[in-house]
Amino acid sequence: MATVELDDIKKRFGSTEVIKGVSINVADGEFIVIVGPSGCGKSTLLRMVAGLETITEGELRIGGTRANDLEPMDRDIAMVFQNYALYPHMSVAQNMGYGLRIKGLPKAEIAAKVQGVAELLQLTELLDRKPKQLSGGQRQRVAMGRAIVREPKVFLFDEPLSNLDAKLRVQMRLEIRELQAKLGITALYVTHDQVEAMTMADRMIVMNEGIAEQIGTPLDVYERPASLFAAQFIGSPSMNVVEAEGRDGALHVGDMRLPNPAAAQGPVMLGLRPEHLVPDPDGPIALQVQLAEPLGANTLLHGKLPDGTAFTASLAGVHNVGHGGEALRLSVTPEHMHFFDKTTRRRLT
Amino acid sequence: MAGEITGMVEKRGFGLWLTHLVMIAGVLVIFFPIWLAFVASTVTQPQIVQPPMPIWPGDQFIENYTAALVSGVNVPVAVMLGNSLVMAVGIAVGKIIISLLSAFAIVYFRFPARNLFFWLIFLTLMLPVEVRIVPTYEVIAGFGMLNSYSGLIFPLIASATATFLFRQFFLTIPDELAEAARVDGARPMRFFWDILLPMSRTNIAALFVILFIYGWNQYLWPLLITTDPSMNTIVMGIKQMFPSGDDVADWPVIMATSILAMIPPVLVVISMQKLFIRGLVDSEK
Repeated sequence: MATVELDDIKKRFGSTEVIKGVSINVADGEFIVIVGPSGCGKSTLLRMVAGLETITEGELRIGGTRANDLEPMDRDIAMVFQNYALYPHMSVAQNMGYGLRIKGLPKAEIAAKVQGVAELLQLTELLDRKPKQLSGGQRQRVAMGRAIVREPKVFLFDEPLSNLDAKLRVQMRLEIRELQAKLGITALYVTHDQVEAMTMADRMIVMNEGIAEQIGTPLDVYERPASLFAAQFIGSPSMNVVEAEGRDGALHVGDMRLPNPAAAQGPVMLGLRPEHLVPDPDGPIALQVQLAEPLGANTLLHGKLPDGTAFTASLAGVHNVGHGGEALRLSVTPEHMHFFDKTTRRRLT
Repeated sequence: MAGEITGMVEKRGFGLWLTHLVMIAGVLVIFFPIWLAFVASTVTQPQIVQPPMPIWPGDQFIENYTAALVSGVNVPVAVMLGNSLVMAVGIAVGKIIISLLSAFAIVYFRFPARNLFFWLIFLTLMLPVEVRIVPTYEVIAGFGMLNSYSGLIFPLIASATATFLFRQFFLTIPDELAEAARVDGARPMRFFWDILLPMSRTNIAALFVILFIYGWNQYLWPLLITTDPSMNTIVMGIKQMFPSGDDVADWPVIMATSILAMIPPVLVVISMQKLFIRGLVDSEK
């Protein structure tokens, strides 16, 4: 158990800067999810914490002590890899006990610890099997077990669920979260899946092109996205973004006039989440519906605004919309309007 | 097209007979000389030189083989077998150790001129023993290793082929495995010993078989550097048994020696067959 502090961490491969300075103080026992599209540097960041990549600049402290130059084994971390990286020739028990064996613990003690963790993860019956004889979910559990058995200060997860099928993923998601809470071990978790990020994180880091776009609780990021990127990356279906212009005390989007709670002047980017739109015969937004996707509890309506911008609305219940391209009027409450600067793409107000 | 393909997969009637006929004929052609050698090793000298040649075994089996093993022509065959065994095992084990370590270095460590070293090793593929035999002899003679096991073994140990093979195998092992071991606290040699080596088991077995036979069949090199008959290896020893000048060839004993020379490689192949085939076909990952 320990805090993890990243102080303006940077990584360069040759002249290309892949991590452009990330800082965060992770509290003891906190579950941090690093989320972003592929190539945003999230795995590199995690690997720098693990000690598998060198840190070009900045300081990393684990439990208060500088860890930049420590070997992975001396950082007291445990890592779960995307492809599990189980040793194929060793049994489940040997896989889990390997780290302890290297530490030179007596055999009986290793066996006892492995047994304890196996019970926790319901792996007791599989201890003698080889990884080849296990299913994907079981391998995932063994990889978890290997991490837990060492009682590390920090857990590092590198997209641990992306090789599992959808149903198992939901189940493992819960299990990992429960286990982490039970053991109280600080965790960093990398994923590209925003649902995983939303459901698991105490706080999350939304990364894009080597920059932490936003660091905050999932609801924070959802309700007050700090940048256009964070706004569009978190939430499904993703946020509608339209060009707008504030003048005469109102917000003009093409020919439509919307309220202007932010009193924005001049051109801005307006973000509207599909699920915050409500049907309203007198509403300011005119949507030309082209496609309806009924999901049961709600209906996704894809279409265009009068000026041709693609736009999506998610309405509660079932909406029967013909295929002919029906017009629908929508409105939105002012507190659900997000404003972003057109050039910096950061949040206004 | 489809018909042709099925025809190729399951041969029926005439095709089936023909393929078997060709196969049996092939086996006979290969096996017949060995059979003749075996027959010749069980009869007496006069029976061999007298036409027609016998094609069924005689009653001298025990006498001839005892004579070969215990006294031989120049040296007892048992001694030569022992020499060959030491040389073949030495070469196979030595080559495997050296190549495992150099492949490990090339794949898992970043050091200056890494690629240069790899290509230097690779380049030696173009220089078989026969090409570099004179300078090698010079070196071995200078070290005083003529007529010794080290002289027989060391020059033949460096192996580009095996290094290359292990390199290719190591490259197929996911990087995460090395990283997981690092996180678990394994130092490089520990990783090599605990993870890489067990995973290479089948490859090592396959290579051992190939290299053992390679070592066993060495002819030119032992012929050059062993002048003391007690250091002769079996393959060159057979040639030494041939008469020169007015000597009379003791064909039954020579044939018995040939048969004896064939047994160890056959045993190695048979005993490691399962691992050998697995090593060539798939790898544990």
